[in-house]
Amino acid sequence: MALFGYDYQTRRRREALALFLIRASAVLVLAILGGILAFIFYNGFSAITWDFLTQFPRDGMRAGGIFPALLGTLLLAVGSLVIALPLGFGAAIYLAEYARPGALLTAIRLGISNLAGVPSVVFGLFGLAVFVGVLGFGRSLLSGSLTLALLVLPTVISSAEESLRQTPQSFREAAIGLGANRWQAIRQVVLPAALPNMLTGAILALGRAAGETAPIMFTAAAAYTLALPDSVFSEVMALSTHIYNMATSGTHIEEARHLQYGSVMVLMALVLGLSLIAIIIRARLRRGRQW
Amino acid sequence: MSGPAKTTDNMDAKAEPRLLQPRLAPSEQSAKFIFMICAALALGFMALIMVFLFKAGMGLFLANYEGPGVSLTDFFFNTAWYPTYDPPDFGIGALIVASLAVTALSSIIAAPLGLGLAVYLSQVAGERVREIVKPAVELLAAIPSVVLGFVGMVLIAPFMQSVLDVPTGLNLLNAGLLLALMATPTVASMGEDALSAVPKELRDASYALGATRWETIWKVTMPAAVSGLTTAIILGLGRALGETMVVLMVAGGSAQIPTSVFDSIRPLTSTLAAEMAETPIGSHHYYALFAIGVILFLMTLCFNLLAFFISRRWRSMGAR
Repeated sequence: MALFGYDYQTRRRREALALFLIRASAVLVLAILGGILAFIFYNGFSAITWDFLTQFPRDGMRAGGIFPALLGTLLLAVGSLVIALPLGFGAAIYLAEYARPGALLTAIRLGISNLAGVPSVVFGLFGLAVFVGVLGFGRSLLSGSLTLALLVLPTVISSAEESLRQTPQSFREAAIGLGANRWQAIRQVVLPAALPNMLTGAILALGRAAGETAPIMFTAAAAYTLALPDSVFSEVMALSTHIYNMATSGTHIEEARHLQYGSVMVLMALVLGLSLIAIIIRARLRRGRQW
Repeated sequence: MSGPAKTTDNMDAKAEPRLLQPRLAPSEQSAKFIFMICAALALGFMALIMVFLFKAGMGLFLANYEGPGVSLTDFFFNTAWYPTYDPPDFGIGALIVASLAVTALSSIIAAPLGLGLAVYLSQVAGERVREIVKPAVELLAAIPSVVLGFVGMVLIAPFMQSVLDVPTGLNLLNAGLLLALMATPTVASMGEDALSAVPKELRDASYALGATRWETIWKVTMPAAVSGLTTAIILGLGRALGETMVVLMVAGGSAQIPTSVFDSIRPLTSTLAAEMAETPIGSHHYYALFAIGVILFLMTLCFNLLAFFISRRWRSMGAR
């Protein structure tokens, strides 16, 4: 067995050990995920009541609910998608349908991949300087949504581009063969075929935006608001920053633990729920695909 | 698919044979133009972020109402970060070391774990198990960082304090463990893509020579995918380096050069997040935080450019 350098016994032992370690890494990751979920849902479940979801915080966050934070998170996440989706889908259509290899395409791809790697706190810094400062939107729903939109834009673009590329070339050829021009082929054939997948990517982006903390800390989020937001220029509370504030500042951190667990559980349910929905839809689409 | 769109209103298409026309119709031109603008905007935002960060970051090195600007050597090599003292110290040496230390620690865990998971998903797991493990990895990636930070505070820190008998559970090790957890899914899913792209013929040839499964993975599949695997690890590192909430909540926050994994540290990202809200606009402290933002931006830019070019090379090799 000179070919492999070891005798048969040693090779078999190595094989067994290596495959054991590989399987162990999968089990370990599953166990950690399960452990975190169990820990949070076990501790958070008792805090979840109708009042918790529909009331304002009271007594310096020691009692009451999370309604304004929950609403703020939803508004910020939806607001960011309203901005990022048209832009991201447009960019994806260009990249998948029109772009030809060249310097411009390389530059755009570099820009998008780098945008995806910029730390989220740096987006927050940029949002603070530009949206809050230069453009004068102040700390507001609008500033926060714009900042989050920049953050999720690369994700939206690449998942939408992927979906468009999965649509077979024959669809386009058939449409053009019937006399459609390129834009008509895209609008009436390619987009309807790719849209379910593109929207799945959008759901994932929604979840990502809902879970972010650092970008909205200085651009949108208030520690506490007396009223619900009444315009896009209102400050809002957000679940993620609410959790951070409750867990790190204030004088009654221990006393408010059950509220913290409850808030964490609601945020997890929201974010992982969205991800799960997207994952399930995607799997179904893949199975039901006709091409 | 829900069936092709019904095209009855398509009156302008019937007039002449479009395919014979060398030039795009006017509606074509504008559609293409609009989409190009969208794509170019992504690039524009990138440039805009760079310009604004640099412009504000420069303020630290210029004199203002507080006094003369800070020198570049002081900024990089001074390890004292006391931005609110009089006179203040704006040395980010300790912060950079802290960021690198926690990133390195997390990669020691995340690289093997992520690669193991990638090999498992692409080479070992059966189809049914794969369909459970892969979504689980995606869910792990989707857990908000503030939640992981919370878990680190209420679960890992007290545990560490009582079991390991260290002064504080909020330290380098705690942050490193949680960052590893965040980087692992990145390494795993990108690594899986790279391994899956290795042609089956290579593996078959290896088996035909009598190699075992592990020998095939280790000596054929992984070397063939090495640039993709490298890219995966680099992007995982980038994620750990830029992560904010976890280090803000569990790294402890003392601006010192760590001498052990149980030291409290203050990485670049958590400094930004902790201090930005209370800093007067236009002060040196404010500009110093933007300068830190520039450093972070450049560090992650290097990571991403490296990953981009490695994966490009790999793609062109695969197309051979």
